[in-house]
Amino acid sequence: MSTNTKTCVIIGASHAGVNLAFNLRKEGWEGSIHLYDSDPELPYHRPPLSKAYLTSRDSIEKNQLRSADSYTKENIALQLGVTVQAINREEKNVVLGDGSIQSYDKLVIASGARPIIPPIPGIESAKNLFPIRTAANISSIRIALSKSNSKKVVIIGGGYIGLETAASLKKLGASVTVLEREERILARVTAPEMSSFFKQLHHDNGVEVLTSKNVTSIEHKDNKNYINCADGSNFTADIVIVGVGIFVNKELAEESGILCKNGICVDETTKTNDNDIFAIGDCSYHHNPHYNTNLRLESVQNAIDQAKVAAAAICDKETKYNTIPWFWSDQYHVKLQMVGLSQGYNEIILRKESGEGTYGDSFSVWYFKEDTLLAVDAVNNAKAYVIGTKFIKGNTKVNKEKLADSETVFKPVNLLLED
Amino acid sequence: MAKITFITSDDEKITLEGTSGSVMALAVENNIKGIDGDCGGVCSCATCHVHVAPEDIAKTGEASEIETDMLELDDNTDEYSRLCCQLEISDAIDGIVLKVAK
Repeated sequence: MSTNTKTCVIIGASHAGVNLAFNLRKEGWEGSIHLYDSDPELPYHRPPLSKAYLTSRDSIEKNQLRSADSYTKENIALQLGVTVQAINREEKNVVLGDGSIQSYDKLVIASGARPIIPPIPGIESAKNLFPIRTAANISSIRIALSKSNSKKVVIIGGGYIGLETAASLKKLGASVTVLEREERILARVTAPEMSSFFKQLHHDNGVEVLTSKNVTSIEHKDNKNYINCADGSNFTADIVIVGVGIFVNKELAEESGILCKNGICVDETTKTNDNDIFAIGDCSYHHNPHYNTNLRLESVQNAIDQAKVAAAAICDKETKYNTIPWFWSDQYHVKLQMVGLSQGYNEIILRKESGEGTYGDSFSVWYFKEDTLLAVDAVNNAKAYVIGTKFIKGNTKVNKEKLADSETVFKPVNLLLED
Repeated sequence: MAKITFITSDDEKITLEGTSGSVMALAVENNIKGIDGDCGGVCSCATCHVHVAPEDIAKTGEASEIETDMLELDDNTDEYSRLCCQLEISDAIDGIVLKVAK
């Protein structure tokens, strides 16, 4: 089928949308490609925002997903600083911010998510309060920090974003306190062992991580932010960072009658309930065949893999989304790599490597449900990450005793459960 | 400035010139087939695996420990394997030839 007169419109030009545009060309899409994003910056890598980019003096150009030239070369019409107001499914067009209309043959929603600014009384009065989502957020934080004398920062939220930002700001000389509402940090995503490790890691690096801290109000007076918690404790800060999660940008889809739940519902080819509309990346609520579960994933891996699937599907090629999720986090000298979905585990095996790491710490947490390995969190231990990946993919049965024994040489062949 | 030659799985030979950044970024920018660089260059995904031509391994050096571990994700790893996100472009690697693994 010739596609040279057709138009594909992509809403959102981050990891998912940009990869999709280039993958469409690889898959042979000859028609036009319109790629829109409200962010005025040339699309960039987001993971470094809370990590290396924050601590560097680089401009965002160093973190671009692709150069400006490459969009031109592939004939991708990238339009930045442009919002999409509405999707008209019957007319098959989208309404742009200025009221103009762009028609489509295929539409891909890669609109991602936006940070939650919780409705804490007084939050609107806070000065220098930022989420971590865009390059502009990071520029603002860098400027605010350089102007601050006390360099006191309070981070609300002890998830990966909050913790990575804490480590980065500490490196920049800030005095950082993290306030987590739950009883432990990373409560939603890791085992208690990981939470304790990261809490200790931050403590050892001079960052105060406090749990069971429910922020109930924020005041701004005498040029300072006062952050008050339910237990009566309070903190002052020049800068407040908010990392408490995201809202899915699914309104455009919802308003046009596309089926949505926790995200925009898609099938195994990333197609919505409209045959000509697809949804990929953070905003898509999809099925993971390996875990036989429906979920939304906020990760680069998911964005990139769904972009591949959507491009193939749009070009009428046989395709199915079937991947094992993976993630990473960098804090101080610690490299955390995660593979799989631990949800539903009922046993964990902790494996510590003998011998010294930089921190005495090279270990991994293996999440099992009965005999099935669900996920692995590997700290400074790429080997565990790789072996875990292979075992999960292969549905390999693992000898848990041998795994837990650091004397067992760490090779797949030594860890198999014999029948 | 360095000239770097990629040989893809289709036996296509592409020579690129770079001044800075990683070899992976140069490859992605120029759509070299088989190099994805999904993680953006932090040695977390192993989607930029190349085999350095044996005569050039002295220029690039061998893979680091974490790289060697990550390379295990691929089956066709050998002593000339590198993740090219870990190769910085400089005069020192001018003229190297890299065979794309995927």
